[in-house]
Amino acid sequence: MRNPQLNTHGELQHLLTLDGLPRDILTAILDTAAPFTEVAEREVKKLPLMRGKSVFNLFFENSTRTRTTFEIAAKRLSADVVNLNINTSSAAKGESLLDTVDNLCAMQADMFVVRHAASGAPMLIAQHLQQTGRDHIRVINAGDGRHAHPTQGLLDMYTIRHFKRDFTNLTVAIVGDVLHSRVARSQIAALTTLGVPEVRVIGPKTLLPTEVEKLGVRVFHDMSEGLKGVDVVMMLRLQNERMTGALLPTPQEYYKIWGLTADKLALAKPDAIVMHPGPMNRGVEIDSAVADGAQAVILPQVTFGIAVRMAVMSMLGSH
Amino acid sequence: MKELDAEALYRQLATQIRPQVTPATALVGIYTGGLWLAERLHAELGITQPLGAIDVSFYRDDYASKGLHAKPQRTEIPFSVDGAHVILVDDVLFTGRTTRAALNELFDFGRPGVVELAVLVDRGSRELPVAARYCAHTLAAPLPRSENLDLQRDDDGRFTLKLTQAPAAER
Repeated sequence: MRNPQLNTHGELQHLLTLDGLPRDILTAILDTAAPFTEVAEREVKKLPLMRGKSVFNLFFENSTRTRTTFEIAAKRLSADVVNLNINTSSAAKGESLLDTVDNLCAMQADMFVVRHAASGAPMLIAQHLQQTGRDHIRVINAGDGRHAHPTQGLLDMYTIRHFKRDFTNLTVAIVGDVLHSRVARSQIAALTTLGVPEVRVIGPKTLLPTEVEKLGVRVFHDMSEGLKGVDVVMMLRLQNERMTGALLPTPQEYYKIWGLTADKLALAKPDAIVMHPGPMNRGVEIDSAVADGAQAVILPQVTFGIAVRMAVMSMLGSH
Repeated sequence: MKELDAEALYRQLATQIRPQVTPATALVGIYTGGLWLAERLHAELGITQPLGAIDVSFYRDDYASKGLHAKPQRTEIPFSVDGAHVILVDDVLFTGRTTRAALNELFDFGRPGVVELAVLVDRGSRELPVAARYCAHTLAAPLPRSENLDLQRDDDGRFTLKLTQAPAAER
């Protein structure tokens, strides 16, 4: 079966997940993002690529940073942007997901940026568009359930490449709540595809998915052991809002064992970088001194995120 | 079309531009051939303003039908555009659409005082009201659309002009 994200020419049509995307497409997105980083320094921070296109930010789940960076990216490409926070509108009145989509299509949408608590919602929308002959409308997954957050994964790859240049000699550690993390899944898929020889996941057993090794990663349940000699430390947010049942003792206890402190970071390579997808829980998964320290590249991640989203939108918006 | 001596044309172009250069003159090369020319002109003509480079990929008018070209490059305008005397440099002038895109992009950096266009070869077939102020050679008859004319640069920095068949999609 053809990858539903690619058209018959093998070009990217929707961005739903990084899992299964070929390396040359990932690299093309990163390459395309590079010149977009310069736009922010211009007097007119705008390019005419998506002039006259309508982008609908369809957020069924709260998010400020992701929605804002998508909005800025679309606006810098001269698109018209409409933000819809659906958890406070029609869905609350009982309208179904696909009815909402049909209504927005009737308003001449060209692109949907979708965030949803249910895994697979963006894929469902993409399939629905195809089945109803609206192939020209593009879908970007801005995070679905525990499944994927592809643009976050891409901006993380852009950040790593920016600071480390080459993927093929790196050891990368992903630390924390992998179980609930769509970010981690996208990171693992991208790192593996881009040829990172060693990807580690570090976390308590209760917060790692069962059989996580099958994703091609080395598993560590000891933070000090796992951080030894790594080039990149990718912290994950502890997702309090997704915790059901007693997976954790207390945030304080978690910080003591799994929080990234200067002492623990010292076990990584001296030039290791520290990343975090945000929003950070200071004093839970990361110490403030590390988050604001010289090795942290957390704010560059945000800036690169705009360029990466511009690249994705402009690549989807063309054919 | 007779064989074109790109090195001789380059020298001719430099000779045309030289008398017009002032301390306010800035060169902006259009990727890729135009930037090679601009780099050499910048050194040879003693231009004091830093060299600019434009990749017009994000401003092309055929984006909707053709999409982004492979690996767009970074546009860099390292001088203040406001009031500047800018000479855009390209290798071959054809439809004029690249020049249009470059002008639009330039204006997103400020309001230049004067913009001129310098090209090595004018191959004809203009589709927009664009003319070069400096031009080393105009072909006697427009080249057929099925042919591409591009500047090449060898390892020693020497220029040649190469005629190739255009890929079917670009005709």
